[in-house]
Amino acid sequence: MDMEAAKMIGAGLAAIGAGLAALGVGNVFAKFLEGALRNPGAADSQQGRLFIGFAAAELLGLLAFLVAVILVFVA
Amino acid sequence: MAAEQGKVDPMKQFQIEPIIGSNWSLADGFNIAFTNSALWMAITVALVWVFVAGGMKRELVPGRWQMAVETMTGFIDDMLAANIGKEGRKYVPYIFSLFMFILFGNLLGLMPIGLFGLHPFTFTSHFTITGVLALMSFSIVLIVGFWKHGFHFFSLFIPHGTPAPMIPLLFVIELFSFLIRPISLALRLFVAMMAGHVLLKILATFVIDSVNAGPVFGATIGPAALILMIAISALEILVAGIQAYVFALLSSLYINDAENLH
Repeated sequence: MDMEAAKMIGAGLAAIGAGLAALGVGNVFAKFLEGALRNPGAADSQQGRLFIGFAAAELLGLLAFLVAVILVFVA
Repeated sequence: MAAEQGKVDPMKQFQIEPIIGSNWSLADGFNIAFTNSALWMAITVALVWVFVAGGMKRELVPGRWQMAVETMTGFIDDMLAANIGKEGRKYVPYIFSLFMFILFGNLLGLMPIGLFGLHPFTFTSHFTITGVLALMSFSIVLIVGFWKHGFHFFSLFIPHGTPAPMIPLLFVIELFSFLIRPISLALRLFVAMMAGHVLLKILATFVIDSVNAGPVFGATIGPAALILMIAISALEILVAGIQAYVFALLSSLYINDAENLH
C-alpha cells in the first residue's frame, strides 16, 4: 500500500476513538444527572467530581485526535 | 503535508509569525522575536488586569463590575476551600491568575474580529504554552510537597493499606501516573482548543466551497454548514470555559496531594 494512503487510513481509524470518548463523556454526564435527580440536595457539592470524570474521559478522546494529527502532519 | 494551492489550510491559523524583531537573536539560531502569540498573551494579561482592577474599589455596596470580579474570585476561593481545605487560601492568587489567563486566552481566540481584518490567535492551542503552564503547576506540587513533607512525600505513591508484596508494583504505577500529570494537563487544554478551531475552520471551508460550487450546493449545503458553524461556535465558548475550569480544578487537586498527601 502507498505510504501516504496508509497514513490517511490510520488517521481515519484514529477518529473512531473520538466517537468512543463521546460515549464516555455522555455516560459521565448521564450518570451525574441520574444521580442528581434522585438527590438534588447533594448535586451541587459533587460538581467538582463531575468535571474530574469528564476531564478523564475526554482526555482519551483527545489522545485519539492527537494520534490522527501526528499521522497526518508529522509521521 | 502542505495544503494544495487554492485550498483553505485549517492549520494556518496556528502559525506563529514574528511581528517585530525577526532578527533579534539571543545566541546563534535562537530568535526572540515578538510574535503574534506573544502579542495575544500581552493583550490577555492587559484585559485581565483591566477586568480585575475595575472591581478592586472595595465599595461596601458593590456595583456590577465589582460583583463580576468578586464572583470570579469567590468561585476560585470556594473551589480551593472544597479541594484543599483552609491551607488552600494561599493558592488563590496563583489558581485565579491561571484560570483567568486561560479563560481570557480561550475566549479572545474565539472573538470574531476577523471581520475587521485582524486575526485572533489562540495561544492556548500551542503545546509550548500549555506545557509551561502545566509545568508551573507541577513545580508547585513538587516544591510544596518536598518542602512540607520531605522524603515522606514519597508515601503519596503508596496508598493506605497496600499489602507489602504489592508495594513495589504499586509504587511504580503510582509514580508513572504522577509523572504523566503535567503532560495530560497540558495536552487536554491544547488539543481541546486546537480541535475546536480546526473544526470551525473546516466548517467555514464548507460554506465557502459550497457557494463557489454553484447555486444548488450553495442553497443546500451552505446554509446548513453555516448554522452548524454557529452552533459549534456556541459549543466552543462552553468548551473554553470548561477547559479553563478543568485546568484550574486539576491544578488544585494536584496541589491538594502535595499539601495533605492522602
